[in-house]
Amino acid sequence: MNAGHWEHYSHPADMGIRGFGATREEAFAQAALAMTAIVVDLEKVQASKAVQIVCEDDDDEMLFWYWLSAVLFEMGLRNMVFSRFEIQAFKGGLKATAWGEPVDVDKHQPAVEVKAATFADLKVTRDGAGMWMAQCVVDV
Amino acid sequence: MYAEKLKRKSVCRWIIEPFGAMRVPINVFADETLVKDMDEQVYRQAANVAALPGVVKASCAMPDAHWGYGFPIGGVAGFDPNEGGVISAGGVGFDIACGVRALTTGVSCDDIERCKESLASLLSKRIPAGVGSRGKLELSPSEMDDMLSGGAEWAVSRGYGSQADLARIEERGKMAGAEPRFVSEHAKQRQKDQVGTLGSGNHYLEVQRVSALYDEGIAKAFDLALNDIVVSIHCGSRGLGHQVATDFLPRMVKAARSEGIELPEKELACAPIRSDLGKRYYSAMNAGINCAVANRQVLTHLVRQVFADLLPKAELKVIYDVSHNTCKVEEHTVDGKAVKLYVHRKGATRAFGPGHPALPADLQKTGQPVLIGGTMGTASYILAGTEKGMDLSFGSCCHGAGRAMSRKQAAKRWHGNDIVRHLSQKGIVIKGTSLRGVAEEAPGAYKDVTVVVDATEKAGLARKVARLEPLICVKG
Repeated sequence: MNAGHWEHYSHPADMGIRGFGATREEAFAQAALAMTAIVVDLEKVQASKAVQIVCEDDDDEMLFWYWLSAVLFEMGLRNMVFSRFEIQAFKGGLKATAWGEPVDVDKHQPAVEVKAATFADLKVTRDGAGMWMAQCVVDV
Repeated sequence: MYAEKLKRKSVCRWIIEPFGAMRVPINVFADETLVKDMDEQVYRQAANVAALPGVVKASCAMPDAHWGYGFPIGGVAGFDPNEGGVISAGGVGFDIACGVRALTTGVSCDDIERCKESLASLLSKRIPAGVGSRGKLELSPSEMDDMLSGGAEWAVSRGYGSQADLARIEERGKMAGAEPRFVSEHAKQRQKDQVGTLGSGNHYLEVQRVSALYDEGIAKAFDLALNDIVVSIHCGSRGLGHQVATDFLPRMVKAARSEGIELPEKELACAPIRSDLGKRYYSAMNAGINCAVANRQVLTHLVRQVFADLLPKAELKVIYDVSHNTCKVEEHTVDGKAVKLYVHRKGATRAFGPGHPALPADLQKTGQPVLIGGTMGTASYILAGTEKGMDLSFGSCCHGAGRAMSRKQAAKRWHGNDIVRHLSQKGIVIKGTSLRGVAEEAPGAYKDVTVVVDATEKAGLARKVARLEPLICVKG
């Protein structure tokens, strides 16, 4: 099975993000990397500070959306960018650690803020080979 | 499926009669080329809006309409609370009251040319812009609530601007229905150091030259003459608005489900206007509008300080301040009767015609100034609202050029450096923190704003007053 990875896809107004993984949690973590990569080049971000995130919902798609929204909230509140995510599932939710550092404009050269994760194109699926995919459009 | 049902009603107005679940027709305002290029998804989304409970008259698509989430960007619709009408967080969008404010300056092109580079540098130094920027104000919890209740009026009371500014803002800069208690702590936390920041993406601050006048009478009333220098500020409600939308969307998805409202897209999330959730959202969204106008008011103050330092004779006066992503309670005529409607404008500008009671006395004859932001390389326009627009589109018109290409495509096609160089050859100074950000906002990634504005005028939604060309652009 392929290792987890992420991609961006075109949307007329904004940007689509998509994460793939061997588990649902890996796909969610990869999609969060895709979202952060809209803001900043991930290689420029040192994973030096950890932030804990907990989200709950019984529905995979809604849980994914809450997850991305929580990541955006932490970025906005703490003025941070992240470059690594680890997620553990529990019944009805997830517990995660996001690693990153405070925004340094000279170092990170951030391009654009992500305002919000939207419900547009929101999908969480698993293919025949067992690979998970999580995607949605984000508003920038 | 939808495009083939378009019937031309006039040179720039097309209609799709109701079919399927639609309760009202779709009104599309566009010329032949814009209609041909309009994504089928715009019509599909406008049709979904036309199927929502309590929708009246028509679901409208402005000339710059493009595929959005739930409502199309450039979508306008009015809902009657007496007919079971709904209010939709998706119909307002994430950047609540994102909008444009324009200021006259009283200085000449020569004045600007003499200090263009230093003015551009000082503006970009003093105006917090881009990701990670913070404002100079840090609001305590009680100040936050005062700001959310008071809007631009709060900012003026704290010394950021004057009473005269307020007369030139929709609702005098303060939405009466705002209730900070319905804004989450998360939203307030995100905003605590964000007042007086520009944001990023398509947000900007421009110094512009009036390069053409189309209606000298109205231009004079707006205090605009050829070659005058104008400052335009495009930004919104920052983290607070984004969080309010994020907080209410999932609750509205659930509310719609329990009310039996079918949502072809989750982003159409809505609740009956008269429900508890509908009322809470309306109050929180109004607080979001106040946040956006307070933000533009503080930014205006920062711009005035920069001009005072470099061009002491400058006097910056507000022409007008418009908000694009809103739901406002307004009286409109439906079937010959005056009805209070909840008018959603998502990526559309209010454009009230002459004589409207919401306009200040000195704009009664001209109609409302309508500020249309272009791209950094092209032009912006100032229009005036019309009586005809009141009837056709709930007094609304376009809001900008509208994207023609995604950010991903634009970043692939252009390099930020090339764009900065190309624009500098045209005499435009660009200041931005990110070259990729500049590339994503390349002028070529947008529709031609002139075509959009011409179609708006031909449709009768607003009349052209002045064209503005950028000299300095500070990118968010």
